[in-house]
Amino acid sequence: MHAAAETLLFKTLADPTRRALFERLAREGELTVGALTRRAGVSQPAVSQHLEALRQAGLVTNRRDGRTAHYRATPRGLVPLTNWLAHYGVFWRERFDRLEKLLKEMDQ
Amino acid sequence: MTDTAASTQSIVEERLMPHPPVKVWRALTQSTLLAQWLMPNDFKPEVGHRFAFRSQPQPGWTGVTNCEVKIVEPLRRLVYSWGDGSETDSGLKTVVTWTLTPEAGGTRVRMEQSGFRPQDEAAHRGAGYGWRRLVAGLERVAGELQ
Repeated sequence: MHAAAETLLFKTLADPTRRALFERLAREGELTVGALTRRAGVSQPAVSQHLEALRQAGLVTNRRDGRTAHYRATPRGLVPLTNWLAHYGVFWRERFDRLEKLLKEMDQ
Repeated sequence: MTDTAASTQSIVEERLMPHPPVKVWRALTQSTLLAQWLMPNDFKPEVGHRFAFRSQPQPGWTGVTNCEVKIVEPLRRLVYSWGDGSETDSGLKTVVTWTLTPEAGGTRVRMEQSGFRPQDEAAHRGAGYGWRRLVAGLERVAGELQ
């Protein structure tokens, strides 16, 4: 864990609007910029700017669907801040889901 | 999470899967299948084989997990060490144990990752009280993610 990465995460999450956007994505899954703006209390360009900062810190990823940008939280980005137990608890649940999916596909 | 020793902790994930042990074993030990659900790797089911899981580098992490195969008991048990790729003493050093138990209707698949030390939880070293509270909140959020 590098001090620089920690500092970037701390800085990024120090802004309450930004933190609220991240926590919403973490709770609700993938959301569009429009959906995030409706409850953010700031303008869409401001929301986009916050999302870009979160993306650079590795806390969210985005994908484009035509003109619509979708965002989702990436819990891995919290690794420098969070503890390994919390991280791997989530990690193994996700991987067990994928293992079950693969085993089902191996039948076909 | 359970205590395995006074000073370290484990994570356990266990599920009954409606598939025979032989099939689950293949998914755990064939490199290409393993890559499809866990991570890209150069795993071989041979005791002493050193290998790595590779994922996207992230802020604060190289994305490399260094491992060594410790025990291979076909269809029953697979054990490998699991580290975070750091050479320093602060690096994560854990052990992942897979146990397969045949049951009516399938296989009980159990994964235990053991050997988390107290300092592995103290990533927010040097942070002030306010940050500790923030980190606690983030851990709660991360814990709710599926």
